[in-house]
Amino acid sequence: VSVLGVMPYAVAGWVFLIGVYGLATSRNLVHAVGCLAVTQSSTYVLLIAVGYRDGGTAPVFADIPVGRKVVDPVVQALALTDVVVGATVTALLLALVVQVDKRHGTLDPDELSELKG
Amino acid sequence: MSAVLLPLVVALPLLGAALLVTGGRKLPRVAADGLGTACAAATAVLTLTVRPGQEWVGGWHGVGIVLAGDRLGLGLAALVSVLVVAVLVYSWRYFEEPPRQYAGSFPALVLIFQAGMCGFALTGDLFNAFVFFELMGVVAYALTGYRVDEARAVQGALTFGIVNSFGGYATLLGIGLLYARTGELGMARIGRALATEGHGPDALVLCAFVLVMTGLLVKAAAVPFHFWLPDAHAVAPTPVCMLLSGVMVELGGYGVARVYWTVFAGPGGVPAADVRHALLTFGVLTALVGAVLCWQQRHLKRMLAFSTVGHTGLFLVGLATLSPEGLGGTAIYVLGHAGAKAALFACVGILLDRYGSVDEYELYRKARELPLVGVLFACGGLALGGLPPFGTALGKGVAEEAAGHAFGAALPALYVVVSAITGAAVLRAGARIFFGLGPRPIPSDEAPETPGEHEVPETAVLLRRVPATMLGVPIALLAGAVAVGTVPRLATAVGTAADRFTGQVIPSPPPGWTTPGVVLGILSAVAAMALATAAVRMPRRLGFLRWTTPLRRLHSGHVGDYIAWVVAGTALLALLVR
Repeated sequence: VSVLGVMPYAVAGWVFLIGVYGLATSRNLVHAVGCLAVTQSSTYVLLIAVGYRDGGTAPVFADIPVGRKVVDPVVQALALTDVVVGATVTALLLALVVQVDKRHGTLDPDELSELKG
Repeated sequence: MSAVLLPLVVALPLLGAALLVTGGRKLPRVAADGLGTACAAATAVLTLTVRPGQEWVGGWHGVGIVLAGDRLGLGLAALVSVLVVAVLVYSWRYFEEPPRQYAGSFPALVLIFQAGMCGFALTGDLFNAFVFFELMGVVAYALTGYRVDEARAVQGALTFGIVNSFGGYATLLGIGLLYARTGELGMARIGRALATEGHGPDALVLCAFVLVMTGLLVKAAAVPFHFWLPDAHAVAPTPVCMLLSGVMVELGGYGVARVYWTVFAGPGGVPAADVRHALLTFGVLTALVGAVLCWQQRHLKRMLAFSTVGHTGLFLVGLATLSPEGLGGTAIYVLGHAGAKAALFACVGILLDRYGSVDEYELYRKARELPLVGVLFACGGLALGGLPPFGTALGKGVAEEAAGHAFGAALPALYVVVSAITGAAVLRAGARIFFGLGPRPIPSDEAPETPGEHEVPETAVLLRRVPATMLGVPIALLAGAVAVGTVPRLATAVGTAADRFTGQVIPSPPPGWTTPGVVLGILSAVAAMALATAAVRMPRRLGFLRWTTPLRRLHSGHVGDYIAWVVAGTALLALLVR
């Protein structure tokens, strides 16, 4: 396996970890939800990397000759589903963040201290 | 009915939800609730009558999405559906205030929740397991924050959402790695591909295992993945708590079992000894932390939440045996626990809607006018404590015997201790609130704690009289918990399901009452009563336990801390299966 072949996986791991770091140290809930979206984007990178074939083209069969090598269409379907799931989650969480701001008057997780013990 | 109808188990509640969303605002409230309950009940009947089998959705045989309705999965889908019916009946009088123009919104969300949970129980496809995981997750976040005007509710829902979805993405990374190795997404096909490749458990497979399990253990609320659970349960509307504690958390444990046995159990997967070791470690840790913190709570919903954590630990120990007996016992335990825990939440809901409080100290002596609810509450506590003939006692007996065989005599002791403490916490609160026993408890000002005073009731006005639906549901649920322990056919069916699930060819003896099981059950129930009596009599000695303070401080309500703990848990899991 060449260095370039490993790169996409290393990038996926890196993106996941910076997302985790951001989540763990976040001082703002909008930022935290953003970081969650960052961790999720690592799954897009990983899925697309898994399906990559050397010399393959996009798996749109309408305008390519029969037998032409294509990248794996399954992971692309998975990534699309993943995007839909992510959009739903992010939208709902941001809506909750808006409500947190309205009811607590702050977006700093350090200042939310009602639920403890 | 033939397995062709399996997709309907997911489609029917979704259809009901769609009808409610489009037509709900034109319907009167009774019609909307009736439609929701009817859809849930029809699904329940379907799950109980459909024959186990495999079904490729839309007829895409071999390439499409597969639903694998085995006996255990169908049984769980049936539990989900029955609980959803109970919840919808219980909440007949709920939420009259805010969304009047959206009469159907609450039952619609509950139906989508049902669809997500049933789908998760039945799917035979790993990627779809992730989709259903997120579907039930998203609906659960929305339901937890259903009362959007409440400060705590939205905070708890947000924490719940961030931690669970984070776990879900870890799972998806693991699924991506498995696809990279095998080119398959069906669980059984991945398992076969791993077995035929035959280069043993390498770094990639182990990494995939750890990542997939991370999300499932977050859902199962194993320590240290559990921090979201008490925060979510403390703030969610009571009917939602019944579903979260009763069955959603247990589905996480089911996911662990399903993924292990179908994907990783063969050659080329993960060695059984390592999995046993890892699940046992997490199980014991979870059981002890849950029990101790359950004992320290005064916020009743939070107390029940930590008791769920404690029992989840016992479920994980049962799974850790990797034997049909351990799995079957745990399945019976889950059934009994669902009935008891949901009934307890239902009783707490009555307190909340009548007194506007869920605080053990504030409610002291207040509910002496509700002796029937008090008796139900005490029965729930005894069921948690493992008193025969409740299903919890049968499941506990079978599981602790299996755990004793697999890991030695310390494990049955763990089952007894955890059952006794969680049962005692409930009995203590019940004795004070409903029967006014003991001196007035004094709150400690040193403890980091969440009090449960001044909660907003979930009905339009404080209840004067307890409606029949709110009283009937806990009675029915407790009766169900007794039935689990007393109907031998049910236990036999679970035993068969566990045999099939674990690939046991020679049928193992059906789970049933044994002398040690009954004795240990009575022992833990008596210990629970004794502990509760002592705590009520001597609130100073057994109330606030100073040594638990560092542990309680970890439950900071801070979402960043919780994510850090999830990562630490993942690292621990990786070390254990390395």
